[in-house]
Amino acid sequence: MTKPDSEWKWKELPEGTVMLEPGNADQYRTGDWKTLKPVLNKELCIHCGLCYIFCPDSSYNLDAEGYFIVNLFYCKGCGICAKECPTGAITMVVEEEEK
Amino acid sequence: MTEKLNVFAVRTLTQKEYFAPGHRACQGCAEALAVRLVAKALGRNVIIASATGCMEVVSSPIPFTAWRVPWFHVAFENAAAVASGIESGLKVLMRKGRLPRKKIVTIALAGDGGTADIGLQALSGALERGHDFIYICTDNEAYMNTGIQRSSSTPFGASTTTSPAGKVKMGQITWKKNMPAIAAAHNIPYVATACPSYPIDLVEKVKKAASIEGPAYLHILSVCPTGWRSAPELSIKLGRLAVETGIFPLYEVEHGKYHLSIDFPRLRPIKEYIRLQGRFRHLTEEMIGQIEERVRKEYAELKEKAAKGVAR
Repeated sequence: MTKPDSEWKWKELPEGTVMLEPGNADQYRTGDWKTLKPVLNKELCIHCGLCYIFCPDSSYNLDAEGYFIVNLFYCKGCGICAKECPTGAITMVVEEEEK
Repeated sequence: MTEKLNVFAVRTLTQKEYFAPGHRACQGCAEALAVRLVAKALGRNVIIASATGCMEVVSSPIPFTAWRVPWFHVAFENAAAVASGIESGLKVLMRKGRLPRKKIVTIALAGDGGTADIGLQALSGALERGHDFIYICTDNEAYMNTGIQRSSSTPFGASTTTSPAGKVKMGQITWKKNMPAIAAAHNIPYVATACPSYPIDLVEKVKKAASIEGPAYLHILSVCPTGWRSAPELSIKLGRLAVETGIFPLYEVEHGKYHLSIDFPRLRPIKEYIRLQGRFRHLTEEMIGQIEERVRKEYAELKEKAAKGVAR
């Protein structure tokens, strides 16, 4: 597990700043960049996967039922999935803090 | 029955991600999408040399890396030179038996600045020497990483911080450098243009480039919402419009033979593409007409080459 980048000391970095853990960026939360979050209406979904293929942050994953579900840990809220969805099953709503 | 058909569906692609999420590209970055699709198409047996640029900065802020394949950062100008070195090194190691003989694809990845301006000399040398590698240029039409400075790939009329639109000049005063034509002039086996708005087409072209012996050049138009001053959700639509208006036609050049990937009987008016972007906001009707004329002419020339099926 990688520490947050603010906790690293320069002496701890590996020699030549080689990164020893491949793909460890997936521990970094980019989800808090967003103001709008995508919400899927499963009744309209036709399982085409366009949201999955057009997501620049690879935040859509296939679930057991065959739906592509967004991972809000990574979603930056760009709105591409809602724009490209052929049936309009995805809408962008303002993300609010849960009370 | 289905084995004989080419099935083009999203689900036929692998679910594995070799370009991990958590990279720090801007919202709606089509360049990150292009790189993700390229990594998906190539799989695990690949070594990537990445020149300085947006994709290097967003994917490897120390101590994080978004890459799940061997990747390293090289200087701005020498992505092609480093890739040639890797390819030659692999060849020698396999000949001496220190590595098992298998296909390992070597990639040089650079932006438009690292290709058309700074890395052109190294690229030309590597293409001429005929190394078996793929050069991928992700073209976002300016130096976006350092704050939207013009490059030789910036189109006519675009306003950037070093070619600003004002009272005297109307943005960039030169036309976009035709990089695929320069690469094709080296007589290499495979040159192609692609756009992440057509993902299956892009993946097929990357796979084709990997299967071909010898150098291959891929030019990928990647919409940059930050630098193009467009809404992030329009990234895919803008890429599609660039293709449909004829500004960025999708084609392949195989051993000198031109082939259009998508041929439109009628092109869309260029205004639809231009009006969605803030960098073209100052353009007058007259200038749009001028751009349209040039784009139509270039498209007609390309179509003629494709019809003849001959080189240059």
